[in-house]
Amino acid sequence: MDNLLFEIIGELVNPGTRVLDLGCGEGELLDWLKEHKHVDGRGVELAGPKVQRAIARGVSVYQGNLESAVTDYPDHVFDYVILSQTLQETRDPLRVLNGMLRVGKRAIVTFPNFGHYSVRWATMWAGKAPRTDLFPHEWFDSPNIHFLSVLDFESLAERQGWRLEKRVFVSKQKQITAFPNLMAEVAVFLVSAQSK
Amino acid sequence: MVTETGTHTFESLELDCGVTLSQVDAAYETYGSLNADRSNAILVAHAFSGDAHAAGDGGWWFNMIGPGLAFDTDKYFVICSNVLGGCRGTTGPGSINPVTGQRWAMTFPQVTIADMVRLQKKLVDRLGIERLLAVAGGSMGGMQALEWAVTYPESVAAALPIATTAQHSAQQIAFNEVGRQAIMADPDWAAGNYYGQKLPGTGLKLARMVGHITYMSDDSMREKFGRRVRANETSPGGEQFEVESYLQYQGYKFVDRFDANSYIYITRAMDTFDLTQRGALGVLFDGMKARFLVISFTSDWLYPSYQSLEIASALRGRNCDVAYCNLDSRYGHDAFLVEVDKQKEVVAGFLASTFRDVTRQKAQPQKVQRG
Repeated sequence: MDNLLFEIIGELVNPGTRVLDLGCGEGELLDWLKEHKHVDGRGVELAGPKVQRAIARGVSVYQGNLESAVTDYPDHVFDYVILSQTLQETRDPLRVLNGMLRVGKRAIVTFPNFGHYSVRWATMWAGKAPRTDLFPHEWFDSPNIHFLSVLDFESLAERQGWRLEKRVFVSKQKQITAFPNLMAEVAVFLVSAQSK
Repeated sequence: MVTETGTHTFESLELDCGVTLSQVDAAYETYGSLNADRSNAILVAHAFSGDAHAAGDGGWWFNMIGPGLAFDTDKYFVICSNVLGGCRGTTGPGSINPVTGQRWAMTFPQVTIADMVRLQKKLVDRLGIERLLAVAGGSMGGMQALEWAVTYPESVAAALPIATTAQHSAQQIAFNEVGRQAIMADPDWAAGNYYGQKLPGTGLKLARMVGHITYMSDDSMREKFGRRVRANETSPGGEQFEVESYLQYQGYKFVDRFDANSYIYITRAMDTFDLTQRGALGVLFDGMKARFLVISFTSDWLYPSYQSLEIASALRGRNCDVAYCNLDSRYGHDAFLVEVDKQKEVVAGFLASTFRDVTRQKAQPQKVQRG
C-alpha cells in the first residue's frame, strides 16, 4: 500500500513545492517526494525512534504532537500539508484539518475508509468492534479514536465549505471509482479552503 | 586520522564590553582534510571545561569525531578551538597582559559567548574557510553554535545546538554562582592573584563537585554508585560512599588542568548569554538560511528540553529548516558526551544531507532556494 499511496500523493503534488507531512513516521514519504518531486519537505512526528530514523535519512523532522505543532507555523507557508493515515488517530480532527488549511495552501488527507464493506460486514455479523485487514487492532489497543467513511469526510467538507479538488480511492492495490464509500479501503483527498 | 595542532595569534579582537584585546591567541586542533572547494569544514565548539583537543585519545568528543564516527573525519574537516577566556592555549585571565607584562588575572575584561565566536570567526577566516558546513556543540558549545548562526548566517550552512539554551535560566545561573563563590571563598584565590603561588584548589575542587552533580541524573547516579561504599581511612567509620569518592576525585583532577579565574570568567559568559536581548528569537531567526538540528535529552535537568523546544519552535515559527529531537537518555546533561549511538544516527544523517545540499547548490547555483 505504501508505494501506491506515495505514487498517488506524488500525482497530487506539483514538483519543487513546499510540503509538510504531519505524523510523518520515519520520513519515508517525504524522502520519496524529495527524490521524485524535488519538494522541500518538513515533518512532524511524536515517536522518538521514528524521528531519529527520519533525521538520519536527511528529512527535517520536528519531534512533537502534530495537533499542537500545526499551530506554530505562519499562514500558507506550505504548498501542501499532508496527513496520511493519521486523521482517525487525532483527538480533534476538525481542528487539525483547519490548521492544515491555514498553514498550507492545500491539504492532502488519506484515511482508511470505515464505510468499506468488510468493516460493515464484520460489525454486523459479529456485533463487535470490527477487526479487519484495514482495522487490525482490538478495540482496547487501537490508535484509532475517530472512525470515518468517505461520505463522512465529504459531508464535513461540504459543511465547512472546503473544495475537494481531487479524490482518489484505492482498493486491493488498485485505484477504483465505483461506489467508493462501500468499496474503497483508503481514500485520498486534495482539499483547499473555498474562499481562495 | 590527519590531526594538526596549532595556535594563531590575532592582532586585535573587539569585545562586547568595548575593550579591544591585542595579541590574542587561539589554540586549535583540526582533524581530517579540507576538500578542494573548502566546503567540508565543521567547527565543533567545546563546552564549559573543554578544550581544543576534541578527537582522538583523551579528546572530549573522541566518540563522536573520527573516521566513520558522527563527525566523520574521512568526509569532513573538523576544527575545534579553545574558547576565549579559557586556559588551554587561548588567551584568558591566566595570560600575560601585553601592556603590563603581568598576568591579567581579574583585570581581564569580561568576555561573552559572542566574543568567543568572534575569535573563532577570525580563526576560521585565517584557515581560509569562507563558509562552514556546520557549527556544532553541546551545552556552552551549543550557545556558540546558536551565536554563529545568528551573527554570521552567511558563513554557516547548518547549526547543531545540542543540550543548550538561548538564555541561561535562574537555576543555571544559580549553580554557576555556587561554583564561583566556592572559588572566591578560598583564601588561596587571593582576589585572583594566585599565579606562581598556591592555587585555590579547595575552592575549585568544590566548584567542580557541584558541577558534576548537575551533569548527572538521579538515575545515572543510582546506576553508577547506588549506596555502595569503599574503604577510606580519613572518613569517620573508615569508609565513604562511592559517589563521595567519585566527586572528590573529579574535583581533584580538575584542579590540575583548569584555571580558577577561567572558571569565573567562562561561567559568567554563559550566565550573561541571552540571545533574546537582541530581539525575540523569532525575529533573530527571520530569513535564516542555515539548517538546524536541535537536540535535547530526556533526563537532562540542567538544560531541560523546554529550552531546546523554544529554539526549535521559534525556528519553525519563521519557517526555517529545523529538525528537532528529544533523545531518550538516562545520563542527564552528560548525555551529549556519552549517549553516542542515538546522537550519531541523527548527527551523521543530518550532516550527510546538508553536505549533499551544499554540493548540489554549488553545482547549480541558480537553484538555491532553501529557507
